[in-house]
Formats: sequence, structure tokens, C-alpha cells
Amino acid sequence: MLARTAENLFWMTRHIERAENIARILDVAHRSALVPLDIEGSEAYLWYAPLNITGCADGYEIKYGLARGLDVSRYLAIDPDNPSSIYNCLRLARENARAVRGAITSEMWEVINATWLELNRRADTLDDEQFRDFFDWVKERSHMFRGVTLGTIQKDIALSFIKLGTFLERADNTARILDVKYHILLPSVNDVGGAADYYQWGALLKSVSAFEAYRKIYRSVISPLRVAELLILRDDMPRSLHACMNEVETALIDINGTSGREARRRVGELHAALHFGLIDDVFSYGLHEYLTDFLSHIDTLGCEIASAYLSRSDGFPLEPSSRTSGVQ
Amino acid sequence: MDKPRTRYFNEMHADDGSVRDIYSRYSHWLAGLAEGSLERKSQEAELLFRRLGITFAVYGEAAGAERLIPFDIVPRIFGAAEWQRLELGLKQRVRALNAFLHDIYHDQDIIKAGVVNARQVLDNALYRPEMQGIDLPNQVYAQIAGIDLVRVAENDFYVLEDNLRTPSGVSYMLENRNTMMRLFPELFASHNVAPVEHYPQMLLATLREAAPPSVSDPTIVVMTPGAYNSAYFEHAFLASQMGVELVEGQDLFVHQQKVYMHTTEGPQQVHVIYRRVDDDFLDPRVFRPDSMLGVPGLVETYCAGNVALTNGIGTGVADDKSTYLYVPDMIRFYLGEAPLLSNVPTWHLNQPDDLAYVLAHLPELVVKEVQGSGGYGMLVGPTSCKAEIEAYRQRIVAEPANFIAQPTLALSTCPTMVESGIAPRHVDLRPFVLSGKSIRLVPGGLTRVALREGSLVVNSSQGGGTKDTWVLED
Repeated sequence: MLARTAENLFWMTRHIERAENIARILDVAHRSALVPLDIEGSEAYLWYAPLNITGCADGYEIKYGLARGLDVSRYLAIDPDNPSSIYNCLRLARENARAVRGAITSEMWEVINATWLELNRRADTLDDEQFRDFFDWVKERSHMFRGVTLGTIQKDIALSFIKLGTFLERADNTARILDVKYHILLPSVNDVGGAADYYQWGALLKSVSAFEAYRKIYRSVISPLRVAELLILRDDMPRSLHACMNEVETALIDINGTSGREARRRVGELHAALHFGLIDDVFSYGLHEYLTDFLSHIDTLGCEIASAYLSRSDGFPLEPSSRTSGVQ
Repeated sequence: MDKPRTRYFNEMHADDGSVRDIYSRYSHWLAGLAEGSLERKSQEAELLFRRLGITFAVYGEAAGAERLIPFDIVPRIFGAAEWQRLELGLKQRVRALNAFLHDIYHDQDIIKAGVVNARQVLDNALYRPEMQGIDLPNQVYAQIAGIDLVRVAENDFYVLEDNLRTPSGVSYMLENRNTMMRLFPELFASHNVAPVEHYPQMLLATLREAAPPSVSDPTIVVMTPGAYNSAYFEHAFLASQMGVELVEGQDLFVHQQKVYMHTTEGPQQVHVIYRRVDDDFLDPRVFRPDSMLGVPGLVETYCAGNVALTNGIGTGVADDKSTYLYVPDMIRFYLGEAPLLSNVPTWHLNQPDDLAYVLAHLPELVVKEVQGSGGYGMLVGPTSCKAEIEAYRQRIVAEPANFIAQPTLALSTCPTMVESGIAPRHVDLRPFVLSGKSIRLVPGGLTRVALREGSLVVNSSQGGGTKDTWVLED
């Protein structure tokens, strides 16, 4: 596959996954805002979380100052000036898709293109009561894209790059949500109990579609330790770090090739640590430190993937690939 | 619906207002439609095109602005017999044009015989001396040709121009058919419309035949200037229909006189490049040094016979509007046949007599730049105001050899959906002729329609639309 095509596929799905995650993060903020927090300046306190998770706090402050629900929602959802807004994610997803129309199925293109057209229609008329509907819509479009992709695309290397983009982005996002929430919500690991806590952690679980699974698995009150275990170590949760690294590792093994050795080694290492890790060790190391390390590891992994597969350096490698060596 | 009597040939109605045989079934169907249903179908078609992202970019508008090419839902219909005559004429013409290109880049017999003068060829900016003596597979230079035809009477067709560089529009031909079949399945059940959907397979076969003879299983790519090019949709569409990679210049590189593309598995050699990039931008070492679109070393590799470019380099010298004059002579010279398709009578403004005549009759004539394309920079006398004509006159006087003039042709009209209902609008036809070991084309082509009342300019960049073109099989 053309290196540029792989790059476009990778970024196409990263941007769709990111749009979905921003919608999830904002959705949970909207839910949380319904529960009173009995602290001073609670609105700003609450609404900084989505800005911090998405890395948009600086840009927001320049434009708006103090974090307020509606401004944050607009800024993260539909503001064309915010490079990480849902608006721009879906725009970039479409631009990447447009550049590889030949490598994706026409159904995939149609979902992305129709999403972009509908987004423009909605963005013009979006009023404050409709945000929750809007987030649902973004999630639905992302689900639909994933479904259409799996239902129509050939299981080849294109799909592997699509999965790489999706699961790297998702792992990044889950780690960030967990990290920020941890700081906001939690004075101490064993602090369990208040109604507010229940709602806040409940909202977090809902934001990653894990609330029902939590109840099924633990049948117990919501504790930060178990939430962290669920979202970091359990490989049967589709948005956990472990599950994401499973997918990334499989994709890298499927892609194979001589140039990807270092990427495969790194993901193997990360995957093993999650596979054999214990949640008590994570907490004794420090959850924040653990998540910071993880984010830095997957960032390095992303760079490794880019240089192994997605780059177009001018030099002619010494080892010709198996495909070219056969041709005279 | 109006039944016009005009000096224009109407594709659907004879002069006495009766419906021509070929349209009789369609006309009957049309008469039976409920009020407003055609308008609804028309809106449905627009939605479909937008959803599919069948767009083009207009130069001069904001970067990346995408527009829909207007699609008209009334088909343009040909009978089998009249199409057969056109097809023979098109094949003959393209065979002669390729023979001409081979000749001028080899022995130049046509110049020696005094049929075409040397300056016409050798001083032409589109003549590429690099191509002299280069042998191409099957002696084909223009693998893909778009020949623009207009009709002025029942049996009277003219070739308006030959497009031998990077003719576009075939994706619209295919998508128009696709859309019509989706909107009006009942029409296809009642009409025996010759299929066009196999065009990408024919193109792929043609490209394979263009490969260097030593390669048995060539790797083929489509090369685009990028996503902001006006015809990008078409480039992506054709690549995906043929199942080949769509590359940009930056995806390719030359190593030891071979062309490779960067892939996730390392470099892979490329043998045939269906390039939709103009000669000037192909290789910064040979042509424009500032070009970011091209591949350094590509031309050298091409001349060494290690990669095929379709169309070949230097085909522009044959589709130039001043060379156009000689095409009927080429047909006689190379094929020893009488031309089946006529040229439009043309005044060549480097001839003093022609120049004097044209300057005296500008309001009645169409004047074009010799090397222009896409309907840019032309003067349509009858629809231009005095100031426009005077401004154009100055340009002609400054450099007469840059222009040719033709009478304003009475382009035929075809019923078309406009705001007020169905009304006649002027149309032309661009069939796509593929040349490899043999010459192939799908029945019909792209019908372009000038949507403004009275307008004779059908180019999409100038507000033209397109129609599905039907050839009815007997």
C-alpha cells in the first residue's frame, strides 16, 4: 500500500475516533453538571475537565476566559477556530478520506461525506438545548462509520491501518479521561461513598460506555480502584487500555514488514505490562504517574509507526522489499 | 411542453413539431408523468450527487471550494445506426492523430510531403524535442482521447476539438448513468440502452497494453496533481474503479532509471502511469523547475522506455487548435481514406486574408486561443457586448497567430429541465476513444449542456451541465 494512503487512513480514523471521544467527554460533563457539587466555583471546576482532557484549555482561555458550560461546549463541539473541535476533527477525517477515496469503500466515503454535510447544517442552527442530541448524533455517526467499515472493507492492510488509528486514539483518550477525573474527583483512594461521588464516577463510566459492565462485573458500589482496573487492565472492555493495545498489537503483526520491528517490540512490551499488571501496583506507583508514563509510551509508539510505515523519505533503502525484488 | 421551430436542430422534435422516432418512447413516458414528479427526481439527483461527493473545483474560487456539476435528468438519445457512423469516424480520426504524432516524432514524412509545414510543428510550444526518435508501444501516443462533437443537422456533425492531453469528464458519464438507473429504473426496462459501465475495464486493458513490452504484469497507477485539482474526483474515481493506486508526484521517485512508489512495504516499481498532470509539471528537471507536482528524473526514465506515461509526452502538438486544421489532411495522408467526420471551417489568423475577414466580422464569430482549453479565454461574438469585442480585438491584433476563428455553430438543442419546466438547450458530445492494440470506445460519451438560455458554451467551468447519453440498441 502507498505510504501516503496508509497515512491518510490512519489519520482519517484517528480523527473520527477523536470526534467521538470529545462528544463522550462533553456528554459526561453535561450529565455531571446536573448534579450539584458543593464547592466554590463549581461550574468552572467542572468545565475545566473537558478542556484539560482534550488539551484545549489554553486556546479556550484566550478566547473566553473562565470555563462556562455553554462556551466550553461550543468551543469543543463546533468552533472552527479550535483545531481540536469535533467540527475540525470531522473536517479532517473527510479530507483524509477524500485523499484516499480509492482505498476505502464508497459506503465508507458516503458516511463520512454525509456526516460532514449534516454537521454543517447542524452547526448553523445548534442551540443550547440541543447539545446532548448533538453528542448522541456524533457518537451514532462514529458507530455507523465503524459498522460500515467492518461490513464493507476487505480484510487487508488498509483495515489494519484503520484499526491502528482508531485504537491508538482511543487508548490515548481513555488514559486522559481517567487521569483528569482522578484529580478532580478523588481526595483519597479509599474515599468511597457520597452521592456526588457516585454520580461523578458513574458519569465517567457512562462516558466510556462501561457503567453497565461495571455493575455486572463488580455488583458493588463504585470505587475508584475498580473503575481504574476496569478501564486499564481488563481486556474485555472495548475502551480499556488493555483492549486497545490488544488491537494495536494485532494490527501491527498483520501489517508486518521489516521496517516495523521497533514498533512491534514497543507495543509488545506495553501489552505485556497491561496483561500481567496488578491494579494495586498501579496505585502504589501512583495512578497519575502510571497514566503519564502510558501516554508518553503510546506517543513514542505513534512516532515509531509513522517513521516505519507512513513516511516518504527520499533515500532508496538498501534492502529492497520482497515485492520489488521479483521484477526485473 | 413547448415544441420549438428554430433554426437549431432539435434532438427530440422534428421541424413540424412531431417527436422523432428515437425519442418516441421517452416522450410518451414523459407525457404520462404526474405534475411535479420530474422536479422531485431532479432534486433527488442533486442530493445523490452531493452525498456521493461528485464535485469539481473552479479555479479562481476559494481554495478547496467544491461545486456540483449540474446534472440534467432528461437523457440525450442516439440511434444505433447514427452512433455506428460516429464511432467509425472517431476511430478513424484518432488513428490518424496517433499516426501523425508517431510521424512527427520520427521521420516527419508529412512535413517532407508538404502536407503540413515544418514551422507548424517544430515551432509549436507543445512540440517536445525530447520525444524525437522515442518508440512507444503500438505507436500510440494518445491512449485516451476526448473528441468534442457538435451536431448542426440530422446527419451533420462537426468535430469541435480533439483533446489528446488529459481529457476529463468520463467519471460524469459513468455517474450520470448510475444516477439515471437509480432514479428511473422503469425507463431502462423499456429502453434498450447500450451499457457504458465497462469503461474502467476497457481503460485498464488499454493501460496494460501501453506498458513497456518487457513487462508481463505491469503495475499501473493514476497520477493526480492532488485533492485540490478541479478533476480530483475523477482521478480518485477511475483509480478505484480500476483497482489501482492513486498517486501524487510526492509518492513517486526515480532510482537508477526506474520509477518506484513509496509503499508501506518499501519501494515498489511502477510501469504505467496514467497521468492527469500536464507535461509542464511532470518533471522539474526537464520542464518547469518550480513544479512541486512532478517527479525528478521521470522524463529520462520514460525516454529510456522503463515506464509508460499515458498520454505520452508531447501530444499537445496534435490537439492544438492550429494543428486541428490539418486533421482531415492527416486522415487522407496516413490512412488514404476520406474523413468521415468534418472539421468546422476555421480561419487561421496568421493568414492576412483570414485575419482581415475575421476582424471585420467579430460579432458573428467564435474566436479561440490556439492553445487554450476549458472554454477559458474565448470570444463568442453573438453573445458578447461591444466592449468585450473591442478588448478581444486588441488581443488579436497584438498576436494574431495565437488565435483561430470559427463561425458560430448552430449547436443542436436537447430538451432540458430548467426552472420554467422543460426547454431546449444547446448540447455537445464528448466520446472517449481508447487506443492500445486496438481502438475501443463505449457507446455514447458525455453530453454537455449549456444551461443558460441561448448560451452556446457548454464547459462546466462556464456554467454548463451534463446529461446521460443513450445509444439505443436495435
